Amino acid sequence: MERFNICIIGGGPAGLRAAIAAGSAGAGVLLIDENDRLGGQLIKQTHMFFGSEKQDAGTRGIDIAEQLVNKVQGMTNVKVYLRCAALGLYDDKVLTVLHETKYRKIRAEKFIVATGASERMLAFPGNDLPGVYGAGAVQTLMNVYGIVPGQRVLMIGAGNIGLIVSYQLLQAGVEVVAILEGSPYIGGYLVHASKVRRAGVPILTSHTIMQAIGTNAVQAAEICALDSHWARLPGSEKTLEVDTICLAVGLSPLSDLLWQAQCRLTYIAELGGHVAWRDANLCTSEPHIYIAGDVAGVEEASSAMVEGELAGLAAAKSLGLARVDVDTAMSQAREQLIALRAGPVGEKIRTGLALAQMREDEQHA
Amino acid sequence: MRIKEHPILKFERGKTIRFSYNGQELVGYEGETIAAALHAAGIKELSKSAVLHRPRGFFCAIGTCSSCLMVVDGVPNVRVCVERLVEGMVVETQQGRGELGGAV
Repeated sequence: MERFNICIIGGGPAGLRAAIAAGSAGAGVLLIDENDRLGGQLIKQTHMFFGSEKQDAGTRGIDIAEQLVNKVQGMTNVKVYLRCAALGLYDDKVLTVLHETKYRKIRAEKFIVATGASERMLAFPGNDLPGVYGAGAVQTLMNVYGIVPGQRVLMIGAGNIGLIVSYQLLQAGVEVVAILEGSPYIGGYLVHASKVRRAGVPILTSHTIMQAIGTNAVQAAEICALDSHWARLPGSEKTLEVDTICLAVGLSPLSDLLWQAQCRLTYIAELGGHVAWRDANLCTSEPHIYIAGDVAGVEEASSAMVEGELAGLAAAKSLGLARVDVDTAMSQAREQLIALRAGPVGEKIRTGLALAQMREDEQHA
Repeated sequence: MRIKEHPILKFERGKTIRFSYNGQELVGYEGETIAAALHAAGIKELSKSAVLHRPRGFFCAIGTCSSCLMVVDGVPNVRVCVERLVEGMVVETQQGRGELGGAV
């Protein structure tokens, strides 16, 4: 059985930064990812990030991924296993994995779970037809493989993902017929909404999809307006001819491994679903398991990266493997998180995180 | 359909890879997933659902949702949204649950 100080599960923005932080503290690190490349969902993000310079603002996600991956690969004390899926995480600090076609066990003193999130479904007749995609899936298809999903797209959801992917569809030469948003308000940033509106895409708030129509694939979508109680406005039904329906209705944390490891989880709508209780260092109710990124609560990639750094530093410190500047680095990371979650945009996250935080008397020593 | 021009991205296609889909010869590029290559060829229906035999395409593209399971080289339940294309692969529409053979 191979042994490491710290094993990180998931090589997206949070996991990469956790590996760099733990590695820089001198820990022997293993980073595993089930895919055949690192970078997670950063590899399809062609838009520039917001925030301050520290959080890579003005840089595109694809370039951030490359920088982080290069850094990880340059660290001799960080080992990477690709095509390596975590199967079970046990309280004797053993992780079982399927590495390519081999079942193996890995022992580590601390684990950082950075498994991310998956896209949510929306219930409507015909939602299983080919041509109904998660918005992130369309982003992968376009931005990683250079393939468009169809010619006429209906986007459901005007949060940041719905707005950004709509704009990227336009960049790829695809027509976006409309963006529907169930609530009366656009959830995403105004800067993204303005971009798609300028390109002539209508954003219909208080609208939803009633059904997807088609025999072997999507051929049309029936939509309607909603009243202030989210009930269908009679007479508002309309049929749009589209070959693609994109769902951008939020993400849910991929917390399966945390359930299995018997971490204490709780449902927090503001964070996207079931998330683990955590202390100020992102350590869960199981003292050997830390969390970082979307699995700890669905947010932006910028905060996922800072959480990764914080968890990486904290896990290393708990093993006595601290850089001289560890306390400064950790408090800087905490300050960055506060800044990223500031203002009205971060209100939902702040509310959710307050509910997921262990009280002081519940925290680990 | 493949994107030919893009304001930000350049798509450097690797070498071409031949594979078969339900007996039909198709061409994709090295580094692509099976689902991507099929989409480029305009094929969206990947499997039939287990009970009602409804057509299924891919949904999540991260290997999580189980909507894209196909039979690849005789092995069922392959997540084609994350499985890379390999020269000579035999890809078939999966009908329902699929049967595991002997040694896998």
